[in-house]
Amino acid sequence: MSWISKRMLSKLAGVALATLLPTAAFAADAGELNIYNWTDYTSPDLIAKFEKETGVKVKVDTYDSNETLLAKLKSGGGGYDIVVVSSDFVPIFVKEGLVQEVDASTMPSFKNLDPKWQKREWDVDAKYTVPWVWGTTSYSVDTAVYKGPTDTLKSLFEPDASMKGKIGMFGSPTEVISLALVYLNKPQCNTNPADLKQLNALLEAQKPFVKVYNSDGIIERMGSGETSMHEQWSGGALRARWARSTVKYVYPKEGAIGWMDNIAVPTGAKNVENAKKFFDFMMRPENVALQSTFSGYQNAVTGSEKFLEDKLAKAPEFNPPADLKITFAPSCSPKAIKAYDLIWTKLRQ
Amino acid sequence: MSMKRTLFLILPAVLFISIFMLIPLMIALVYSFMTSDSYGGVTAPATFDAYIQLLYQQDFDGSLIFSTDYLFIILRSIELAVATTLLCLIIGLPVAWHIVCQNASRRKFLLFLVTMPFWINTLIRTYCWVLILRDQGLINMTLRNLGLIMDPLPLLYNDGSILLGLVYTFVPFMVLPIYSTLERVDTRLIEAAHDLYAGRWQVFRRVIWPLAKPGIVAGSILIFAPALGSFLAPDLLGGGKKLLIGSLIQMQFTSSRNWAFGSALAVLVTATVILTLIISSRRNKVGEVRI
Repeated sequence: MSWISKRMLSKLAGVALATLLPTAAFAADAGELNIYNWTDYTSPDLIAKFEKETGVKVKVDTYDSNETLLAKLKSGGGGYDIVVVSSDFVPIFVKEGLVQEVDASTMPSFKNLDPKWQKREWDVDAKYTVPWVWGTTSYSVDTAVYKGPTDTLKSLFEPDASMKGKIGMFGSPTEVISLALVYLNKPQCNTNPADLKQLNALLEAQKPFVKVYNSDGIIERMGSGETSMHEQWSGGALRARWARSTVKYVYPKEGAIGWMDNIAVPTGAKNVENAKKFFDFMMRPENVALQSTFSGYQNAVTGSEKFLEDKLAKAPEFNPPADLKITFAPSCSPKAIKAYDLIWTKLRQ
Repeated sequence: MSMKRTLFLILPAVLFISIFMLIPLMIALVYSFMTSDSYGGVTAPATFDAYIQLLYQQDFDGSLIFSTDYLFIILRSIELAVATTLLCLIIGLPVAWHIVCQNASRRKFLLFLVTMPFWINTLIRTYCWVLILRDQGLINMTLRNLGLIMDPLPLLYNDGSILLGLVYTFVPFMVLPIYSTLERVDTRLIEAAHDLYAGRWQVFRRVIWPLAKPGIVAGSILIFAPALGSFLAPDLLGGGKKLLIGSLIQMQFTSSRNWAFGSALAVLVTATVILTLIISSRRNKVGEVRI
């Protein structure tokens, strides 16, 4: 490559060094915090506020599934100080020794957490984690097209003829199957052969009504009218309604699936003190409200509503009815995963 | 150039191939004979379970049953890859020939057009087809506004849309190698054929086709191998309703947490590709002898 002369190269090296030096100096002063979170799931305002208050330099890296996170931490690293783990995966991470104890319950702002979220099934004493945000999984319908009942999962899993080829489902087996099990009123992580056969038959019969199995681009599909019914997360349904006012998020009488993402500190993290600062920061209402605003999902801190805009705070998608039966699906045993895999492969064979 | 120097110069290529290709392949091969760990990864003991799973599956009650599910998925993937390669050839060969027949400056411009899609990310280009083909997309809206159709045509989420996406992505890989072989062709050979009263078809069959063959073989390999393992077009344009082997492998490393089976499938794909290469190189040699 003749066009890069030696002089030019040395100049480039000089520029690179000059840009590196100030960051290094800054990092030595204030410390850093490396966050590993789902894609599009970290409020920039939240990070800016944290940096301003503490002087800590934050770096955010992203992933697309709990499995990716698991694989990365298992292979020994990434150098992260904060990771965001879904409720069903927290016990796995604890059991595998991938996250460390931080005793969140002794932190000053722990009392701000809604009492029902201070004790969570997956981390009873808040030894390892505190809540990030949470939401529900159900489905949304376009009421301009679909005129049937919108209070039951039957409309989704045993649809009427008008919905042929107009339904969208998630692309992940566990999320499709956990909601189907709620509809069938069967236990989660099922390994009972009779239940599994019934589940299999239900999904096979639903298939002709399904246009697409994909977890990405749901807001787009519902917003444009490409699908008239779609399995969806509550926050996504909210944004779909903002795009198309006739979209309605359904709270079924059979119940819905709930999930929560939690922040945790990986074993071997370098900046544990800064991570703890971030834990405490996240449990203050004015801060966590920024994250809810950004993502459209509920948080677990009392009094954060005051810091939210009405169009979010008063949205039905953001406020599940008090009598809604919410099932927090646990992570399943290898045997159940195998059975789900069999159903899922057959379905798309 | 001395022998030593030659060895030294090819060393980077050898190192690159062994580190980034042979070692990962070896890892996949080893993993395919291990037992999958419940939460991803593999553990001892070594078994053939992953390969047995290709034909036999555990039913819900734990009994082993013969199942052709995976074979169907593999067969469908091969069919689709072959169809993609053939369609790319049918489109790519005339385009390459047309470019060769132009004057130098026009050639440059046309080649520039062929390579232009590479400037844009494949994911974005594939997603654009969703916007064009969907019910509210460009084609259906245009036809509806012209009053030609009432209900939208089902253009998206079927085998046809997957094939379209694959052909669209891969056709430049056929045009470029064929062009580079035809470019060096001595045009007097064609003139000579015409002088000897060969018809248009005969000129094509007896002169152009044999001369273009190395490029056709190269292009076919460049397309068949990645088309077999692709999962972007099938996922986006197929709506995820029919599994292809690329998506199946990806699934084993994520939601199914069955790394051993994923590795076994990857080994199978690689073996298929290598086998195809061997067969095609053999057939080529036979062809050379005949010429």
